[in-house]
Amino acid sequence: MTDTTASFTTTSTPEAAVQDLEVVPVRNYGRWIAATASIMALVGLIGSLAKNDNLHWDVVATYLFADLIFDGLATTLWLTAAAMALGLGLGTLIAVMRLSTSPVLYGLANAFVWLFRGTPLLVQIIFWGYAAALYKYVKIGVPFTDITFLQAETNSLLTPAVAALLALGLNEAAYASEIVRAGIQSVDHGQAEAAHSLGMRPALTMRRIVLPQAMRVIIPPMGNETINMLKMTALVSVISAHDLMSNIQDVYAQNYQVIPMLVVASLWYLALVTLLGIPQAWLERRYGRGTAQAGHVSPLQRMLGGATGLTGRKNKETGR
Amino acid sequence: MNAPMVRAEGVRKHFGKLEVLQGIDLTVERGQVCCLLGPSGSGKSTFLRCINHLETVDGGRLTVDGELVGYRQHGNKLHELREREVAERRRDIGMVFQRFNLFPHMTALDNVIEAPVKVGGVPRAAAREQARQLLEQVGLGDRAGYYPAQLSGGQQQRVAIARALAMKPKLMLFDEPTSALDPELVGDVLDVMRRLAADGMTMVVVTHEIGFAREVGDTAVFMDQGVVVEAGDPRQVLVDPEQERTRAFLSKVL
Repeated sequence: MTDTTASFTTTSTPEAAVQDLEVVPVRNYGRWIAATASIMALVGLIGSLAKNDNLHWDVVATYLFADLIFDGLATTLWLTAAAMALGLGLGTLIAVMRLSTSPVLYGLANAFVWLFRGTPLLVQIIFWGYAAALYKYVKIGVPFTDITFLQAETNSLLTPAVAALLALGLNEAAYASEIVRAGIQSVDHGQAEAAHSLGMRPALTMRRIVLPQAMRVIIPPMGNETINMLKMTALVSVISAHDLMSNIQDVYAQNYQVIPMLVVASLWYLALVTLLGIPQAWLERRYGRGTAQAGHVSPLQRMLGGATGLTGRKNKETGR
Repeated sequence: MNAPMVRAEGVRKHFGKLEVLQGIDLTVERGQVCCLLGPSGSGKSTFLRCINHLETVDGGRLTVDGELVGYRQHGNKLHELREREVAERRRDIGMVFQRFNLFPHMTALDNVIEAPVKVGGVPRAAAREQARQLLEQVGLGDRAGYYPAQLSGGQQQRVAIARALAMKPKLMLFDEPTSALDPELVGDVLDVMRRLAADGMTMVVVTHEIGFAREVGDTAVFMDQGVVVEAGDPRQVLVDPEQERTRAFLSKVL
């Protein structure tokens, strides 16, 4: 008690002086030094790259907007979109199956995930690309009889593009199913009970009540998956599906300008990944409706030190 | 039409080895308010959840308005119904939960119209109109466009009541509707329930609000360890109980 009184008397200032007190935030001199050093290093690196003749910027400029590249880009884009659609649709179905009480559905879904997550994507792509070597014809009919509804040559059905789509889509479904399952399980069980008590059937409850709420948890990792998918389409160059990477490879196989062509590819992949951030931000806002949101912090604000609570999102990277 | 609204005959239920309901007999007549009281773990919430088949029953028979909810009887066997069929029968039974369970991604109004539109097939415009009236009735006419997170607990619970009423139920189940509320917000919710009772709604209410049970209840049922200890007129059961167990409970909560 005596101590408090003592400190009170020593620190007390006249009323007027208290008004004039100024609050000085912590001065981060270290940050300024670090920022200056990194900017200088970056400028040096860019300068050395720009002046490096081995990079052949003229080749980069020639091919950056070439028709061949745009053809490849178109394939890459539709392949990404279609594979993600297939992956998310099938993945949701598998997620629901894994949460089902039916041991048959649960077992099938588990087996699917086990198989497609457990083998390398590159192997799956090559497998679908060469599936014709396994089955020359695709027949749909009654097994062990001659009744056939549909028959076609595997090679005509399974073009490189279709094989690429199947490989990427099925693989994605295995990963997406885990993300969707986690999303569904994150929704409080009381939500389903409330829906059931109103007479909503299980399917309607899933569609209207559970999935929209699960989306909030599903979207950030699915954004990651989409970015991954965009880049993984490069793998289908092994079955020459004429995506961006295939076309790039075709060019450097002829002109031997490997690095400049890879720069062209990287620039386009970077541009596309950057653009993908826009729909993701929009989706996150849309499905974040009704939840108390931490105020949006723009990258600029974050750089200037306004970042709090946004770091958690970085941990959602799915290792592959 | 003369069947009581709720009739439970020897309802049994166990979770693993624990017998949570050891043969409950209970009748709630049309238009009556039945309050279930008892210490936590007495099985009162479980019993309430059995009424609309959120919990399955392991023995005995439970009918609502003369009809089994989760089962079909063939001879002396009760066959559990499929979820779809149960959903059909739950439409007429409204339920209000302790933790509100409003749909957080929908506004108050959307919460209320969801079931009438998607389950009842009511045209959206008509459902909106009805929902506005219901929100008005629970004193939240000006909160239709708010999301649950923007409402206080008491307001959320009143929206939840409006949501349940939107299906025009013949029976309302309340599972400790005021237990998760700040004391100052309890009154508004109880007022809404009081008015509902006065309008003749049949209600089964699991509650710790002894005052409400005495004032509004037509019957009070005191449960402990999965059995009905005492049931009857709340002014008798909750004022001058016959059983020592009831007396001990009341002395603790009052």
